[in-house]
Amino acid sequence: MIGEGIQSTNQRKHSYIQDHVEVGFFTDPTVCIGCKACEVACKEWNEVPDDGFSWSGNSYDNTGHLGASTWRHVMFVEQDRQKGNQIVGSISNGEDPFRWIFLSDVCKHCEEAGCLEACPTGSIVRTEVGSVFVQDDVCNGCGYCVVSCPFGVIDRRPSPLPDHGAAFKCTFCYDRQKSGLVPACAKVCPTESIVFGRLDDLRARAKERVQHLQESGYRDAQLYDPEETSVRGIHAFFLLLGEPEAYGLPPKPQIPTIYLKSAWTAAFATAIASIAATLIAFAFFA
Amino acid sequence: MSNEQRLDQLRDEAWKKGIVAGSGVDVAGGPIPKKAGYYGQPVVKPPVWTWEIPIYFFVGSTGGMAAVIALAAALFHHVDLARVSILFSTIAAIISPILLIMDLGRPHLFLNMLRVFKPQSAMSMGAWILVLFIVCAIPAFIALEIHARGIFAGPLDSVIRIVTGALLTGSALLGVLLATYTGVLLGATVTPAWFTHRVLLPIHFGTAGLGSSAALLELLGHRVAALNAIGFFAAGTETILALSLLINKHGAADRALHRGVSGVVVQTTEILAGPLSLLLRGFGLIPFAAVSFATGALLSRFGWLLAGKISGRDPEAVFASQQS
Repeated sequence: MIGEGIQSTNQRKHSYIQDHVEVGFFTDPTVCIGCKACEVACKEWNEVPDDGFSWSGNSYDNTGHLGASTWRHVMFVEQDRQKGNQIVGSISNGEDPFRWIFLSDVCKHCEEAGCLEACPTGSIVRTEVGSVFVQDDVCNGCGYCVVSCPFGVIDRRPSPLPDHGAAFKCTFCYDRQKSGLVPACAKVCPTESIVFGRLDDLRARAKERVQHLQESGYRDAQLYDPEETSVRGIHAFFLLLGEPEAYGLPPKPQIPTIYLKSAWTAAFATAIASIAATLIAFAFFA
Repeated sequence: MSNEQRLDQLRDEAWKKGIVAGSGVDVAGGPIPKKAGYYGQPVVKPPVWTWEIPIYFFVGSTGGMAAVIALAAALFHHVDLARVSILFSTIAAIISPILLIMDLGRPHLFLNMLRVFKPQSAMSMGAWILVLFIVCAIPAFIALEIHARGIFAGPLDSVIRIVTGALLTGSALLGVLLATYTGVLLGATVTPAWFTHRVLLPIHFGTAGLGSSAALLELLGHRVAALNAIGFFAAGTETILALSLLINKHGAADRALHRGVSGVVVQTTEILAGPLSLLLRGFGLIPFAAVSFATGALLSRFGWLLAGKISGRDPEAVFASQQS
C-alpha cells in the first residue's frame, strides 16, 4: 500500500504458492501516473513479443486493449468531469472540469472463469493461488476461450509472432510466484497503484481506500469487483472513478456457462423433433 | 470565445469529422472522444474463427441429419436411399475433422481435444460427439453396403443386418447431436448477437441440417414423398424462426443480425431457407426449393459468424446486452 516502501507486500518475498493462499491484484487509478512501467516489465519478464508500433490518437494510449501479446494495458481515460475536489487553473468560471485517469488493466482471474470452463483441452487451469493459468504447451488454439471471456482478455496470437496459434493472457507471473517473487508489474510499479498480496487482505484494503476517497470528495469512487454476477468476483479488482463502461469494462459480466441450460434444452428438443419428423415422414408419406 | 467554448467546439468538430484542423490545434488526444466505452475499443473479443467453421457447420449438420434419414429409410425399406444418406454422413465424417483441424491455431495438437471430457464446455462435447459420430457412421456405411450387396449369405448376413441396424441407430442419435450442438457452441459465449439467440441457434442449425440433407438427396434424384414432407417441415420451421428473429429483437445487443452486411446475409438466407423454399415447394418446384434451402442453410452459417465478429467488436452491443 501507498507509503509502505520496502515493507509493502509488493516488495516482500512470499510463499503463497507453497501455502496455497489465494492472491490478487488491487489496481488503483488514483495513484497511477501512467508511466507504463507495468506494461514494459510484463513484456520483458514474460518475453511477450511486440505487436506493432502505431499511434492510436487516443490520448497517450497506443496499446489499445489487452490481448495475446498485451497482458498489462494502461488506459488513459479523458473525461469531462472533475477529479475529486481538484481545482486546476482558472479558465472561465474558476474550475477545470477535465479529469485524466490512468488505469492499468489486466486479466481479472475470475472466481468463475469463462475461459477455464470453455477450454476443451484442459489447457487452462486454476493454480494453487487461485489464479487462472494457460498451459502454453497443451493449448491447440481452438479459440473457444476467446469468445468465453466476459472481459475480452484472452486472445489467440496471430501469425507470424513467436508461439503463434495458441491462446495467451496474463500468467499472474506464476513462474515468479513459485520462487517467492512478486509479479513483475506490481514489483515495478513506482506508485504502488498495482498492489499484489493476499486476496482477503487486498479486498479489505480496497474497501478502505474507496471509503477514504469518497470522504475526500471523490464521490464516484467505487470498487469494480462483480461479485453479484455469475462471475462471482474477480481476483484482480480495480478502483474506478465513474462507471465501468468508460474503462471498457462490462457493467454486468456473465460467465457464458449460464446459457448452457437453455441452449442444450433447445438442442435436445430439436434433436427429438428431427427424429420424430423424419420417422413420421417415412411412415406416412412413403 | 472562452477556452471552454472553444474546447467544446473542437470536440463537436472531432466527433462529426473525425479530425480537427486549424491554427493552434494539437490533435493528438486533444478533444475528448465521445465514442462508446473506452475509445470505442471492443469490450469482449470477437471470434477468431475463419471460413472453415461455417462450412463445417453446414457439412456436419447435413451429414449428421443424413444419418437420421438413413435410419428411417432403412426402417421403411428404402434401402437405396439409406445407402446414399449414410454415404452423406460418411463424407461429412471425413471432411468435418479436416475443416476443424485446419481452423486450429496449432493443428498438430488436435488430439489434445480428447485429453478431457468437459460437459460444461460445448467445444469439448462437440469434439466427443464428432469422434463418436465418425466411429459410428463410417462402419454403418460399410456394414450397410455389405448387407445391400449381399456379399455374405445365410446366418452371417443376419448378423450383419443387426450390426447395421445398431450402427445406423447410433449414427442417427449422434447425428442429431452433431447437427444441433453447434448452436449451443455459439449460444454459450459472451458474443451479444449469439447468446441473445441461444435458443434459436440450435433449432436453426439442426433444422437447416435436416432440410439440407433432404434437399441434397432430392437434387440427386431421390424424389420420395417422405423427403418432400421433411422439406416442408424444415422450410416451415425456418419460416417460423425467420419471423421470431424479426419479432424477438434485442436492440443494440443483436443489431448485427438486423443491420449492415451481416444483417443482410442473415436476413436474406433466412428468407431463402424459410418462406421462399416453402413457397417453391408448395408449387411443386422441388429442385428449386431444394437449391433455395441448401443455399440459405450454407450461407446462413457465414452470416451468423460474420454477425458474431461484428457484434463482438461492438462495445455498445455488449453494454446493451447487460442492461436490465
